[in-house]
Parts: sequence; C-alpha cells; structure tokens
Amino acid sequence: MEQRRTQTGLNIPALVQSAGYPRLIITAFLLALMVYAAVLDLPIGQLVSSILVRFGMNGILVLAMIPSIQSGTGPNFGISLGIVCGLVAATLSIELDLVGLAAFFFAVAVSAILGSLVGYVYGLLLNRVKGQEMTVGTYTGFSVVSLMCVFWLMAPYKSPEMIWPYGGEGLRVTITLQNRFDKVLNELLAFDVVGVRIPTGLLIFLAICCALMWVFLRTKTGMAMLAVGSNPRFAASSGINVDKFRLVGTVLSTVLGAVGIVVYAQSYGFLQLYTAPLYMPFFAVASILIGGASIKHATIMQALVGTFLFQALLVVALPVANEAIANNLSEVIRIILSNGMILYALTRKEAGGDLG
Amino acid sequence: MRCGVAPLGNPVVCQQTGGQQLDEQYLLEIKNVSKEFFGNRVLKDVNLAVAAGKIHSLVGENGAGKSTLMNILFGMPVIHNTGGFSGEIWFGGKRVDIRSPQDAMNLGIGMVHQEFMLIPGFTITENIKLNREQTKHNLVSRMFGAKMKSLDFKSMRADSRAALDVLGLTIDEMLPVAGLPVGYMQMVEIAREIDKRNVRLLVFDEPTAVLTEVEAQTLINAMRMLAEKGVSILFITHRLEEVLEVSEEITVLRDGEVVASLRAADATVERLAELMVGRKVEKVSLGRETQGITGSGRQVVLALENLHVRMPGEAVRGISMEVYKGEILGIGGLAGQGKLGIANGVMGLYPAEGRVVKEGKVVQINNAASALANGLGFLSEDRRGVGLLLDQSIEFNIAVTAVQCQDKFVKAFCGVKLIDTKAITEHARRMIREVDIRCTGPQQLVRRLSGGNQQKVCIARALTLQPDILFVSEPTRGIDVGAKRIVLELLVRLNRELGMTIVVTSSELAELRAICDRIAIVYRGRLEGILSPDASDREFGLMMTGEKPGRREVS
Repeated sequence: MEQRRTQTGLNIPALVQSAGYPRLIITAFLLALMVYAAVLDLPIGQLVSSILVRFGMNGILVLAMIPSIQSGTGPNFGISLGIVCGLVAATLSIELDLVGLAAFFFAVAVSAILGSLVGYVYGLLLNRVKGQEMTVGTYTGFSVVSLMCVFWLMAPYKSPEMIWPYGGEGLRVTITLQNRFDKVLNELLAFDVVGVRIPTGLLIFLAICCALMWVFLRTKTGMAMLAVGSNPRFAASSGINVDKFRLVGTVLSTVLGAVGIVVYAQSYGFLQLYTAPLYMPFFAVASILIGGASIKHATIMQALVGTFLFQALLVVALPVANEAIANNLSEVIRIILSNGMILYALTRKEAGGDLG
Repeated sequence: MRCGVAPLGNPVVCQQTGGQQLDEQYLLEIKNVSKEFFGNRVLKDVNLAVAAGKIHSLVGENGAGKSTLMNILFGMPVIHNTGGFSGEIWFGGKRVDIRSPQDAMNLGIGMVHQEFMLIPGFTITENIKLNREQTKHNLVSRMFGAKMKSLDFKSMRADSRAALDVLGLTIDEMLPVAGLPVGYMQMVEIAREIDKRNVRLLVFDEPTAVLTEVEAQTLINAMRMLAEKGVSILFITHRLEEVLEVSEEITVLRDGEVVASLRAADATVERLAELMVGRKVEKVSLGRETQGITGSGRQVVLALENLHVRMPGEAVRGISMEVYKGEILGIGGLAGQGKLGIANGVMGLYPAEGRVVKEGKVVQINNAASALANGLGFLSEDRRGVGLLLDQSIEFNIAVTAVQCQDKFVKAFCGVKLIDTKAITEHARRMIREVDIRCTGPQQLVRRLSGGNQQKVCIARALTLQPDILFVSEPTRGIDVGAKRIVLELLVRLNRELGMTIVVTSSELAELRAICDRIAIVYRGRLEGILSPDASDREFGLMMTGEKPGRREVS
C-alpha cells in the first residue's frame, strides 16, 4: 500500500490504519455531538466529569475481557459470574457493618477470593466446551444470575439497610450505599479543574489495575497464556499445558469482573441485585470491541480506548438525543450500540484470516 | 490419427501409435499442457493419451504434478483462479474447454476420490444416487409440479445393486455408510461413478492406498470389467505391481514432466521405480564429511524401540531404529506411509507407544515438555498450524518455548518470573542476523513473512533451545526454490558447525539425498530399510513402493 507523507511529516494513512476506521468515525461523531451539545447549551463541564466517572467505573469490567481473550476463550460473556461474586462480597461488607474505605477494600478482597473460586470452576467448564466458549458463557451467565435471584431471596442477611422493610426476609432489588462506601474512590483526592471534577481515586485505582495487568502479561505465566490463546497446538508442542493456562485466564477474568462491579457500585452509589447483572457482560464486551480488539486479540490500550469511547458516546448522546427528540432513549441507544458493536466484531473476517 | 492432425503431438505417444492402426481412437488426449502457480512451473508440456476401453496408469512421486493434472482435467476452480493453463485437452475427438467439474461430468469424466465423499448417515443406495435421484409422480406432484415427486426407491435400489454387483460386492445396498469398513466405502465411491450412465472415462486417484490386498484385487478385477465394457480408466497409484498387472500403458511423471510413456509389456517394476525417482538435484555443495559416523566409533545418541504413533494419515506401526551422534539422518517414503508420524510421536504431539531412549536415558513419550527438556528440538511439517504463532512478533516466536521450558530470558523479581524483554530483543536480533531472516525487525509479525523466512524463524526458535537432536519435518514445504537451498544449507551448517544431530523427514527424496548421511525409508508404518544417499534410484524407488522385501543396511 502506498503511504504518502504530508508536509508536516505526519504519516496520515499509517495513523488511520493504526487507529482503525471505526474508532475514527466514533471519535468524529463524538466531537460533533459535543459541538451540538454546546450549541444546545448543555453543561459541558458536567458532561466531561460524567464521562470521566463512567470511564473509571466501567474500566475494570472491560479490563476483565483481556485475560479471557488472550487465553483463547474469547470475550468473557460469562463475566456475570464474577459480577455476582462482587455483589455477594459487597453485601457481606454491609452485613458486617463496615463503612468507608474499609468497607470498600473488604468488599474488593472478598470479591477477589470468591471470584477466583468461581472462576476456577467456570474455567473447568470452559475447557470442556472449546470453541463454544462465547455461547456457553452467555448462557452460564444467564443461568447463574437467575439462580442468584433465589439466593438474594433466601440469604440470611439481617442488616435492615438491605432486607425488605416490611417482611424481614430477602434482599431488596436496589441497595443504597450512601452510608457505606458510596463514591469513596471517586471523592478520594478529587479536585476541580475548569468546572470539571476529576475523580482522582477512581482513576488511580483503574491505573493500578492496568499496571498489574501490564506486568502480568510480561511474566512467564502471561506469556504462556498468550501462546495458548494464539495457537493451542503451538503451545502444546512447546510443552505448555493448554488447559491450565486457559484456566488461569478465566480465573483472572472472573476476579476482575468481581472487583470491577464493586468499583462500579461505589461510583454508582447503589448495589443492583437480582436481574441487573444479566446484560452487563454485553456492555463490557462491546466496549473492548469498540476499542479495536477482536475476539482473538486484545490489549490494555484497546480496553481503555473502547471504554472511553463507549461511555463518552452514551454520556453525550443521551442528553443531546433527549433534547432533540424529547424522549428518553437512553436504554434503547445503549442496547443498539452495544449489540451492534458485538455483531460487527463477530462478523469481521479476521478470525483465521490475515489481519487488516 | 490425432497424432497426425495435431501439429504439436507428443513424439513419445506418436511412436507408440506408430506401430498400431492409425484409426485407433483416443478418448482423452492431453496435449502440451503446462501450468504455473505464481511463477512456479508445476507442469511442463505434458502429453498423455488414453485409448477407449483401456487402462492407463499414471505414476509419479508426491509433488510430481499428478494432482495438478487431474485438477486441470476436472476444471477445478484452483486452476482457473490461478491464471488457467496452457495446452489443449481433446475428449472423444473434439477439443474441449473444461471450465468446471460440472463440465467434466457432463462430458462423462468421473473421478474416484482418495478421500471419501460420502454422507455417513445415508444408506449406500442414497449415497450412490445422491443428486441423481430417480423420482416418480405422486398425487401432490401431479398437482404442484415435478419438485414434489417422490423418490423411486425400488429402481434406485435396483441400479445400486447392479453397480455393486459389477464390483463383486455382496453387501446390502440399504445399509448406512457409517460404520462400513474403509474398503467398502471405497467401493461405494466407485459404484457411484459406475452408476453414472454416461461415464466414459474414470479416474482412480490412488484407490488402493487404503485397501487390503484382497480388496485391492477385487478393485482391480472391477477395473478390468469396466474396461471391457468400454470405459477408459486413468489409474493413479504408487503400487507398481498393480500398475504392471492391470494397465496397458503407463505414463511416468516427474517434476511436472513426462519422463516416459511406455507400454506395460515393456516395463518392469525396477525400471518404473528408477524412472519415478530419478536424480533431480546435485548435492548441496557443502560436501558431506562424515565425522566418525561410519565405522565402529559411532555412538548411538537416540534409539527408538518399537514406536507406534497414532497420527491420522501418517500412522507409525512399530519402528525401531537408531540415530548416531553427529549425523544427518533422513526419513523418506511416500505420503501416508508414516514417515511424518515418527518425529511427531517422539515429540509428544500425537499419542504414541514404545520406548525412546536418548543416550541411555528413557525419554517420556506423549509429553512435549519432557522431549524438549531432554534436548530434542522439532520443526513441524505444519509450520503455520503448529510451528508458529502467526499473529505474534518474530522475537516472541523465537523466545517463547525457551522461556517456558528452560526459564531462559526470565528474571525473578520478588518471586514473580518476569520476562526480560530486552534480552529477548537482543537475542532475536542476533538470530535474525545468524540465520538471515529477511524482516523489518524483531517486532514484525510472523504472518507477514514469506514461507522461507517463516521457516527460518522456526529454526531460530529451535536453536534457542540449544537441542542435541533436531527433528526437522518437511523443511522446504511451501518454500520457493531459491529459499529451499538456503534452508537446506542452514541445516547442514548446524550439523557441521555445532555438531547437532539432525533427523530430517521429507517427501522430497532429492533433498534427503543432498544432505543426509543415511536415509531410512518408511513404508506402511514400518521401516523398510536404510540406504546410503548414493544408492541407486532403483533401490530407492523399490523401497518406497514396498516392492523389495530384502533389507539392506549401510554400515
């Protein structure tokens, strides 16, 4: 392919290629929406704050896709397993009457432990259904979320903040975290810049997770996992135990999902139980795919870019759409965008063929 | 007659017809057919003529161009998608232009495939009549048209029965194909072709490869019977005795050229074997200096004892042999005879039984990690499927096995085994220089490299492990001619300069003879014998086709 250099020395075609057309189009669309939002006199500062918060709270859930994709099990459609682990951990912290950062970190620690146990079992399942991980994962997620509805009803929690006010049995659909760990990360070291509130703690936490992931991918284990995901037959011929490293990827992904939902909840301010986790995997999968990942290859950068674009689009598009069409389309747009993106990624001819 | 009409007739064929009446009609004539794949000439001026009602055999090594010739005859898309071919095909006295398999079928050319094209869940009758079903009218079809006609099982059964009877097969025609022995499946394939009413020429593509002796004999009888009924047969096979037994004329193909076209009466197994193998390449100029390999001073570095490997299509059925320290041992044989299974079994890629002993120590089989830990390295014949991570960088490919098996390029940091990326890049740069990989740098994706350079990446990966014994399978498959030589020279250099023992498995006998000290020939999963590279073409040909029971060891 001929690559022309512009006068400034920038290699524009190469830049376009490395970013990919979908991301350029989305970015252009986003900028156009921003301009339109300004024209409509919407509060830009608030919009930007909102984008940063949503980016930070969703980032870890999207990051959870990396180990599963890298280990060859594809995007983790069964991340809802991790999510319910995180929810159990969070409810436990409330039950134990913890507050503030202590409550948050307790929830994170417990969710990681639960996540690794559940992830291990889930990984064993995935090793038996090679090639169909995405379908099996989706339905495993659906089943487990439904099963957990029973758990939420039957669990012997006593905290009056969580159980139904009238009956005294079973947990509420939505539990407020107001007196627990609502926004403990968001407000940690937070500051204002030109009308934009920076959720410093949240972003730092995400950065630490990314750094840990970055290091992990550069360990011997991470390398083996990457080899297993790229070509299981190659890995086997190099003496690598394929099933073991697929298991590692699934455990890691589930743990990140569990931790991710705790971070999500502290920012959102509520725990959403029962059927709320049902469709969360799709938004996470869509995010990383928007970032340019395929079902066989994903990087941390793609996860971050994807999360940012996806969330920013939602934050900006909704008020603009509401203003323009005067109707609440938020959920509809979210679903169209995420499912459309998944469809696009799954139908790309990349699997097996030549890249680009 | 054709010979006189066609200005470019093949002189060899003309000589043959010269003695006969000129009015003998050829059913199929292939004239001056040449074919190139991306500048790589695979067929050069091939001429072939099959007389009506005669059996004509086509013999040649793997890669001699037989399949390409058949693909041309059947108008396969692979031919037309790669620029077509030059030359002419005449069928039944007319020049024909076969653009698709359907055209070939309409002309009355049938093919019995090497791989079965049968639907397991269907009965024999249904398979024979697939897409040519006989139908009869029923009430619905009279009202709604021919699409609604029902199957006429009675007449379909009768036809199938007749076809099976021709082949001497007593099996019930309503049995499902699934579960039939392979020999029967092959017969069902043939029955399907026989059942086609207009069939005038049948191509048998190595039909006896999967058959037992008795089944093969039945098949040969069936071929004779068909020929008597006026069907011409083009018989492709490696079994030279069958060729002599059944055919009237024989064409030998080698490297895409017709090297001989002779009558069966004039041929012997030895002569055919010699013609088939030929000597194609001169020795790699590095000179074979055997380093104490011959004589009594040689040392056994690896011993295989009664090795069985369950590799589909390349099964090994009990091989015992020894590899000497510092030699280049070749393993040759025709495709499907099991030569590829040996290395794959030793390296733990396919389930194996038996014992592998390296320098007195038993190597655990069915365990890739153990083979690698014992200093065995492997370049797979399936480079893109097993040998490489196509979507990873060159340096990742080179280093990954060493990192995993030997903890190379690993530095421990607080108990975490981190990868030393700097050391990997440095090592990759050195390797790129040493084995001369043409690339933009260590970070380039392996997918973007040419076949030859991909093979060099595989070699670099194996070298990084510093193996004592390197197994190399089909080192030049899918590599262009110039790069082939470079790869072979590299192997010789490793042997000479590093003293590495190398076991090369290759379908190309010529390249084995160019670089090896000894060549083991595998036939039907067993060791047929070990020859010196200087042994005659005849000896190689006979051993590869299993025609020579006596074994000869080189000392």
